[in-house]
Amino acid sequence: MQEGMVKRASELLADGTVVRVLGWKNGEFVYDPTPAVFESAEALSDFVYNDFCASNLSKYLVALSKKEGKTLVFLKPCDSYSFNQLLTEHRVDREKVYIIGIPCDGKVDESKLRTQGAEGVTGIATDGDIITVSTLYGDVQLKKADVIAERCVTCKSKKVVAYDEMMGENGEVNSNCGRFDQVAELEAMTPDERFAFWRNELSKCIRCNACRNICPACTCEQCVFDNPKSGISQKAAADSFEENMFHIIRAFHVAGRCTDCGECSRVCPQHIPLHLLNRKFIKEMNECYGEYQAGAEAGSRAPLVNFTKEDCEPSIVYTKEASK
Amino acid sequence: MKKISLTKLDEFFAAVAASQDLYLPVDGAKGAEYSLWTEGTVMSKAYNTLRSAKDFFFPQVETLAAFKVNGKNIEVEDVRKETENFVVFGVRACDAKSFEILDSVYLAEPVDSYYASRREHGVIMTLSCKKPTETCFCKAFGIDATNPGGDIACWMTDEELLLQANTEKGEALLAALDILDDAADNAADTEKEKLQTILDKLPLGNLSTEAFGGDKLMELFQSEKWASLSESCLGCGTCTFVCPTCQCYDIRDYDTGHGVQRFRCWDSCMYSDFTKTAGGQPRPTQLERFRQRFMHKLVYYPANNNDVFGCVGCGRCLRSCPISMNIVKVMKALEG
Repeated sequence: MQEGMVKRASELLADGTVVRVLGWKNGEFVYDPTPAVFESAEALSDFVYNDFCASNLSKYLVALSKKEGKTLVFLKPCDSYSFNQLLTEHRVDREKVYIIGIPCDGKVDESKLRTQGAEGVTGIATDGDIITVSTLYGDVQLKKADVIAERCVTCKSKKVVAYDEMMGENGEVNSNCGRFDQVAELEAMTPDERFAFWRNELSKCIRCNACRNICPACTCEQCVFDNPKSGISQKAAADSFEENMFHIIRAFHVAGRCTDCGECSRVCPQHIPLHLLNRKFIKEMNECYGEYQAGAEAGSRAPLVNFTKEDCEPSIVYTKEASK
Repeated sequence: MKKISLTKLDEFFAAVAASQDLYLPVDGAKGAEYSLWTEGTVMSKAYNTLRSAKDFFFPQVETLAAFKVNGKNIEVEDVRKETENFVVFGVRACDAKSFEILDSVYLAEPVDSYYASRREHGVIMTLSCKKPTETCFCKAFGIDATNPGGDIACWMTDEELLLQANTEKGEALLAALDILDDAADNAADTEKEKLQTILDKLPLGNLSTEAFGGDKLMELFQSEKWASLSESCLGCGTCTFVCPTCQCYDIRDYDTGHGVQRFRCWDSCMYSDFTKTAGGQPRPTQLERFRQRFMHKLVYYPANNNDVFGCVGCGRCLRSCPISMNIVKVMKALEG
């Protein structure tokens, strides 16, 4: 795959279709590639594509599509939903982007390698479904299925929904992915249990803002939490109430716009399952307004900003509560 | 040197915890974190904790003072709590070294009395590494992981825990523990040799600091590489918040509705409003902010502190950066 990507990128640079390439650059270890911009065929010698290229590149296009010339970007299925959503919100200039869609069979979660005993990683080799990790303390063989990122286990779609050309075969939407199972488990808890669950998780937050800054739906020029004039700007939660509110407000703000790419949970250094907040909103909206997938189609109107006569009445809250 | 059999480890922890709070690394779902020891607590065997022990001395948020407003009267409340004794056990060599770096900042005039008080009341018991990992590079900053330092340095063999006091505070704590036996001064030597063999194999073990230091200011500041290095930086504060040596903070007032809670919290040079003043923002883009962080660790700090670098090579930033950009990549790019 990587070879084909570099070849095609070089061609598009050479014939002037694009002036830069957005992809991933080789890291120090196999598992740590960094999103990077390449401006020449020579620079592409550092280009890498492997099981660890998890970063969603779409958000970088907000800035890159403001630059002169076209940017070539490689988008995985997840990333292409985010791209469409950014188009819908007029954050990216479609004319300035050339997309090569790439299929994805799930990315490996490096922290799962570690929790399964591969600490001190010095090399990683993949052979089909088997991943052999060389470590300072000997080789560890793992099944890819066991170390795949949680968001990929419940992958909603292997279909690239925005592209100029596809590399490899495009996949399908998987409507039975089970991504709401964990939300349903939380719903089945008593309010006290659920509160305790979220207090425990959110109290770990160190307010590094990684979840917000990686989020393709968070593209405000200045976030309300960074704006000293907002009256609620904060760098740390003063108390547990604020600790909860940052994440709940953020979840509300991206409701209807979140494509469920899962980047928030991937980057959290404290491993808080933030995607569950977003999935709760998606599940609620699906139940109240009919199935809707943000980013499936550029220009689609999310249920929360699209009035129809069939919309449920506010009293649905009581109906839903009573049906429990 | 003192020793105690590992079969009596719980008794040892109980003895330490009898007169003060004891914190040690405990396994969680995604890694080890320091937790308060209570009966039955099992110590983690992880290579290190997710967050460093910095939090015990320089917590993310602390209330400095509180004011109660009642009509025209303002009452100042004394909220200081950092005067209780505590022990942190299991600190690694890299993290132990980070306190020397923080001390140079917080214990220099004017002394930060909150930090100073916690340092005075806290005893650091280090524990020699068992399984250093590929992201470790403490050696690059002159740290000898086989002698982990702290108030009391500890080593764990297959049968025993060995303890060596390095400071008066450490001496006093060991003297108060009558369940310890005497051990030969070289009792930890085999353990140190075992660790050294692994340290010699670490992939980042030979990371060079030659290209850095207080005298390289202009050449590094003006490097053209900062632009591409910082290009994909998200501007989040993850690296600064997991860092055991990052020391910047902000002070804010929180309106409680009937008074004011004046608190300080960690700040990050990666944030857009860091160093923002009435006169403007001297670091307008992520390039300048990104450069600041690494220049501080590798140039400014050594320039002001006898050539000591502001990094201890713990590798936390390597593991937690959302886009896998980090000090090792920066160092290699700048020197190359």
